[in-house]
Amino acid sequence: MSETVTEGPSGLQIHPMDQFVVKPLFGGEHINFYTPTNVTLWMALAVLCVIALLVLGTRGRAIVPSRVQSVAELLYGFVYKMVEDVAGKDGLKFFPYIMTLFVFILFANFLGLIPMSFATTSHVAVTAVMAMAVFIVVTIVGIVKNGFGFLELFWIKAAPLALRPMLALIEVISYFVRPVSHSIRLAGNMMAGHAVIKVFAGFAGVLGLGAVAPILAITAVYALEMLVSFIQAYVFAILTCVYLKDALHPSH
Amino acid sequence: MSSETTVVDTHAAGAAGSGSEAVGMPQIDFTSFPNQIFWLVITLVIIYFVLSRISLPRIGAVLAERQGIITNDIAAAEDLKQQAVEAEDAYNKALADARVEAGHIVADARAEIQGELDSAMAKADAEIAAKSAESEAAIADIRKDAMKSVKAVANATAKEIVASMGSKADAKSVTAAVATRLKG
Repeated sequence: MSETVTEGPSGLQIHPMDQFVVKPLFGGEHINFYTPTNVTLWMALAVLCVIALLVLGTRGRAIVPSRVQSVAELLYGFVYKMVEDVAGKDGLKFFPYIMTLFVFILFANFLGLIPMSFATTSHVAVTAVMAMAVFIVVTIVGIVKNGFGFLELFWIKAAPLALRPMLALIEVISYFVRPVSHSIRLAGNMMAGHAVIKVFAGFAGVLGLGAVAPILAITAVYALEMLVSFIQAYVFAILTCVYLKDALHPSH
Repeated sequence: MSSETTVVDTHAAGAAGSGSEAVGMPQIDFTSFPNQIFWLVITLVIIYFVLSRISLPRIGAVLAERQGIITNDIAAAEDLKQQAVEAEDAYNKALADARVEAGHIVADARAEIQGELDSAMAKADAEIAAKSAESEAAIADIRKDAMKSVKAVANATAKEIVASMGSKADAKSVTAAVATRLKG
């Protein structure tokens, strides 16, 4: 942790953002799109975790499940029920997509909490791609399913006629802001928590052995971050379900 | 990962801002975007295929199978319970039947015994009546004999007494007198 604090000319220097730098794994300066970087490493670890839990863990196909298998079943049931409850029965054919997003974000978030690791989901580039994918897919599904009727999403029949154009404008803006809020929410949460931990770690490095308060603060923030890691994965998945529901059933 | 060494290196070289030290927010360093997006797409595609081809069908099948087994078990338990109720009913019916049958048998036996008893008593009564009639006849015979003997003995005794008194007794009058006495 001490590498974030370097004694420069101005005394205390904390670099809470250093942990987010994308670096090539095998040296070099230039980053091509195919260069294996720390992004590659931590995403690959997330894939391995997913395979370990959801493939190796369920290998036994046991009627009375092992511990790992019951965790996998719990995760499956959790997301399945969420899709069914929020997006409806016809949303279930999108269950594998939502499950993919959910388990990736979940494992990326938790792997990012390992000290010295790299949190891939703290990058807007990553979350924006996922949010845009959701946005584009949901919009296409909405248009294919409902045709012109998809525009009912913006034309609120419950409101007085005079207000409807105004509301339609607001609805259209809010619709196109969705991918932004969807992605920034996740990246911002992850980045903020990790940066805060790093700042406290910087204080602890300066104070040395007497750093009781920063260490307690790190512990507390770390616990909070574990909660945030799960909640943000959940929020991302459930918002995807909500958008999907809007696309499948656009009328309010 | 190896940020420690690189940070130290860059500082030592006095060349700030290259490599791994963050300038501003690394999140808006667009040079790393193609790299991140490329690896993200690969990651998501791998996870999607692993989930949709292997994991989700498998877990879904296990859950469905478990649900089926639970449903079957509950149905089987229901069946067994029904059978138990039926068996209990049959047992109770058999018990009631047996009780009724036993009642019949007891009544029959009682009637039979009563009949036997009645006939035996009638027979005994008849025997007793016959015996007592016979005895009465015998007693009457004996009494008749006894009366005859008493008359004879009285006559003889009276004759003897009269004779011993010294007077010749008229046999006819003595007998008549004895007969009168005996009647009295």
